[in-house]
Amino acid sequence: MHPVINIKNIKKTYVMGSVEVNALVDVSVQIQKNEYVAIMGPSGSGKSTLMNVIGCLDTPTSGLYEFNTVNVSDMNDNELAKIRNKEIGFVFQTFNLLARSDALHNVELPLIYSGMKKTDRKLLAAEALAHVKLEDRMHHKPNELSGGQRQRVAIARALVTKPSIILADEPTGNLDSKTGVEIMGLFNELHAQGNTIILVTHEEDIARHAHRIIRLRDGLIESDTIVEDRVLPGAHA
Amino acid sequence: MRLTDFSYEIKEGLGISFQAIRGNKMRSVLTTLGIVIGIVSVTLMGTAIEGMSRSFNEMISKIGADVLFVQKFSWFSSQEDFEASRNRKNLDLRQFKAVREQGSTIAAVTPFTATGVPIKYRSLSSDRIFLIGVNEQYMQVGGLNMEMGRFFSETESNGSRPVVVLGYTVAEKLFPNETPLGKYVKLGSYTFRVVGVIAKQGSFLGMDMDNQALIPITNFLQRYSNHRRGIEIRVKAANINDLENTKEELRGILRKVRDVKPGAKDDFAINQQEMFIQTFNQIGGVIAAIGLFITALSLFVGAIGIMNIMFVSVTERTKEIGIRKAIGAKRSTILLQFLIESAALSLIGGIIGIIISYPLSLLINQVLPTSMPISVVAIAILISLVVGVVSGFLPANRASKMDPVEALRHE
Repeated sequence: MHPVINIKNIKKTYVMGSVEVNALVDVSVQIQKNEYVAIMGPSGSGKSTLMNVIGCLDTPTSGLYEFNTVNVSDMNDNELAKIRNKEIGFVFQTFNLLARSDALHNVELPLIYSGMKKTDRKLLAAEALAHVKLEDRMHHKPNELSGGQRQRVAIARALVTKPSIILADEPTGNLDSKTGVEIMGLFNELHAQGNTIILVTHEEDIARHAHRIIRLRDGLIESDTIVEDRVLPGAHA
Repeated sequence: MRLTDFSYEIKEGLGISFQAIRGNKMRSVLTTLGIVIGIVSVTLMGTAIEGMSRSFNEMISKIGADVLFVQKFSWFSSQEDFEASRNRKNLDLRQFKAVREQGSTIAAVTPFTATGVPIKYRSLSSDRIFLIGVNEQYMQVGGLNMEMGRFFSETESNGSRPVVVLGYTVAEKLFPNETPLGKYVKLGSYTFRVVGVIAKQGSFLGMDMDNQALIPITNFLQRYSNHRRGIEIRVKAANINDLENTKEELRGILRKVRDVKPGAKDDFAINQQEMFIQTFNQIGGVIAAIGLFITALSLFVGAIGIMNIMFVSVTERTKEIGIRKAIGAKRSTILLQFLIESAALSLIGGIIGIIISYPLSLLINQVLPTSMPISVVAIAILISLVVGVVSGFLPANRASKMDPVEALRHE
């Protein structure tokens, strides 16, 4: 079976003023379907850049990136937008919900951009919200929800298109530890249901929910290890 | 992009726009105000120009396209020509008779002269009416209809009889409760018998065309004329398609009767409505262009206001743009979203502007015979739509080109 993500020797260079910054020097990674991978590293290690490349928010300066065997390294903005819309579910540290829209509309948004009919997408969005146990909060706006609830809305939004990967960037960074544990429990469940999850974090505790940890330093992969003592779903609950 | 996709995106964009507009009510109202003022001034200017032109055309159609005015001065001469033509001989009844007797392409001809006099009937009076001396063919030349009674006859005209035909306003004022026919009115210091009343002609640029009285010109010349002014001769051509021929014939007759030497310039002018229309269209066109240009400036200011606020809106919503892009909004989708928003803002302003303009156009209607033409309404809506799209383009373009990574980082 082909890997979902196949990254070979990618390099990413930024020009900051007159200085060239090599955010990624030479990175190769393969991620299979239904893997649960944590990407770790201190700030400046290139983990955000790698996440942006994996999330098709950014393209590598050189190297190959195949997503489901499709080469995305040379795609234009519109093609990348389509991949992001259909194949990738983003979960951000700051939730990134639309403040003026209620939970249902926030979850609907990716379906709007994929051109789905209104009745169909309302149904799917409501299903996704029920999946994260927020069926009774559908018409609440983000400022009427707690941090944990907001993050669950964001997860519902990531799930609603049934993407190939869920890409979570410090998903517990803005949550208290108890809520953080709940959210990680939810990720474990999603993984158990067959989803592929990529987690970007700098917290060891969080990373140990994953099966595999990729550590970055100075734009290079420092280590790529299987987690022996995984934190199991519900262990803290 | 397929059409169904496009209409889908328009629909979604509309929803997002109205949410954004509602979310910033005060700001939207203030931004829209610029367009409201612009559209009000443009539509009112358009209405006024339309009214002027309609009023002019109504007057012109009363004069008749086939009427030639033989006068001492050309209607449209330069200052220099005008100075030169002051020394010309006046036109007189002898010349009129020559035209009447020799003209073969003429349907009707009348001498014409006028002055202002007071009119009085018993205790009712009017300080100043327009007293006009003509002959019995004036009816035909001027295209007039009678309200009651008759016009004076050829015999009365030739015999200088003291008979008068009243304009509608004069008759109404002096005879509110009785028939004017057969009554004796005093025009200045002379008494005339009323034989008829002319049907209402209306007003032109606020001037009442019915505040007049018509008497035989022979009588007029004996009693009211200061002979220095002379008369004019109005000629209705037999065939409107042969107007140039009639003009040439008139020139020939007048040159002979006025002893113009061969090779010398005419010492009289044959004016016709056509010249008036041409000049009016020129002047009117310039006035319209200047007027619309000035009012369009206010619309332009409104457009800048929209552009400005759209730039603010785009900057404020950088994060939102980042989110939308991250979850799959294409460049064109973002572009369209902001274009729709600015177009909607502007369109709302345009519609409010038209709603405000309509009652104001009724006020203009008091002075000029006009109502807001539907074309002006349609153009105003189109303009506000275009203004919205054009002024929204730069901000929307900036939004659409944002880098999602940068935009997401924005706080």
